[in-house]
Amino acid sequence: MAKIVAGVFTSHVPAIGAALDNGKTAEPYWQRVFGGYEKSKEWIEKVKPDVCIVVFNDHATAFSVDIVPTFALGCAEEFIPADEGWGPRPVPVVKGHPELAAHIAQSVILDEFDLTVVNKMEVDHGLTVPLSLMFGQPAEWPCKIIPLAVNVVLFPPPTGNRCYNLGKAIRKAVESYPEDLRVAIFGTGGMSHQISGPRAGLINSEFDKAFLDALATDPKKAVGIKHVEYMREAGAEGIEMVMWLVARGALDEEVNEVYRFYTVPASNTAVGHLILENKVA
Amino acid sequence: MMEKPEKEYADIPGTTIFDADQSRKGYGVNMFCMSLLKADNRAAFKANEAEYLKAFNLTPDQTEAVLKRQWNRMLELGGNIYFTSKLGATDGLSFQQVAAMMTGATQQEYADMMLAGGRSVEGNRRKSEWEHKNG
Repeated sequence: MAKIVAGVFTSHVPAIGAALDNGKTAEPYWQRVFGGYEKSKEWIEKVKPDVCIVVFNDHATAFSVDIVPTFALGCAEEFIPADEGWGPRPVPVVKGHPELAAHIAQSVILDEFDLTVVNKMEVDHGLTVPLSLMFGQPAEWPCKIIPLAVNVVLFPPPTGNRCYNLGKAIRKAVESYPEDLRVAIFGTGGMSHQISGPRAGLINSEFDKAFLDALATDPKKAVGIKHVEYMREAGAEGIEMVMWLVARGALDEEVNEVYRFYTVPASNTAVGHLILENKVA
Repeated sequence: MMEKPEKEYADIPGTTIFDADQSRKGYGVNMFCMSLLKADNRAAFKANEAEYLKAFNLTPDQTEAVLKRQWNRMLELGGNIYFTSKLGATDGLSFQQVAAMMTGATQQEYADMMLAGGRSVEGNRRKSEWEHKNG
């Protein structure tokens, strides 16, 4: 039987990918960010997930304004890193797990979460930056990846509560899959940031740290945060944090905090990172 | 018909929330920006910007905002930052450079603000808090 072994939460700032791809990781500014992921890389090498479900958002790459799916599950064999206007990132092609993805789609849709099934999707920094932070720069990604794209670009995104409950349904789906697979789930995006308009540059470390605390010890508190509160307190684009709740919902209510890291800034954004494991081995 | 209630996010200062109304208004702006994901289109746009824009049915205001790189006005007229940043990329600008322009700061001032912890939320939650500011 497949099982969810851990949740990984991290920002997916595009400039982090650019710094890595352009060999700037040793610069003090970037060392401050990458240094915070050294322990995480060691941890994931030990945990060795077979599959990572990566909850992320597309930034006007695969989805324009023609069609905006609220939840879109990548069910393809592979996903090509996209050209976001600066040329594609020099990272490996993302290999999917179509059988598990199809099983999840079927299970959660019958559980009343109406996902969009995607069989072709280029993936942008939202998906590839977290992979780079956790796995470095390998020739191939060390595991299969199932992308779950959440709309956080067109208001309103799904509520925190909806995301959390979808996480629970995903867990149920994974745990009813017959093959023995170790699955990690990533919640990405955030933390506080605003990159649009005259208020750009907004950072709210107090909000971010309270959010990290809540995820670790009292997820219901984070689930209750309203959209307008995210946007007012954590910046218009800080609303990406709802995606972390999908991953959180896929874990036990009580978890072990394995690791935490927080720094400001990476480019325009507060960087937050958390690793949580279910208590029962 | 009942009057539409004010959107609860309308009083966040210096912020245009990209909702379905904005998305409808800015469809052409965003689809133009989306077209810039292809290198051939970037080259065609650079060769003759005004001519290239004609295919996207922009309003005169939107056309002017794009041609003059009025980043905030593009958002007010329905553009979304993840789309308009592709125009920034076409101009060779980083995300942070575009962000700095929207705040009226130089890139150095903006980068310094971020290094010092970013723009505080204090005094930046509601439009009423901005009314005391100059300009």
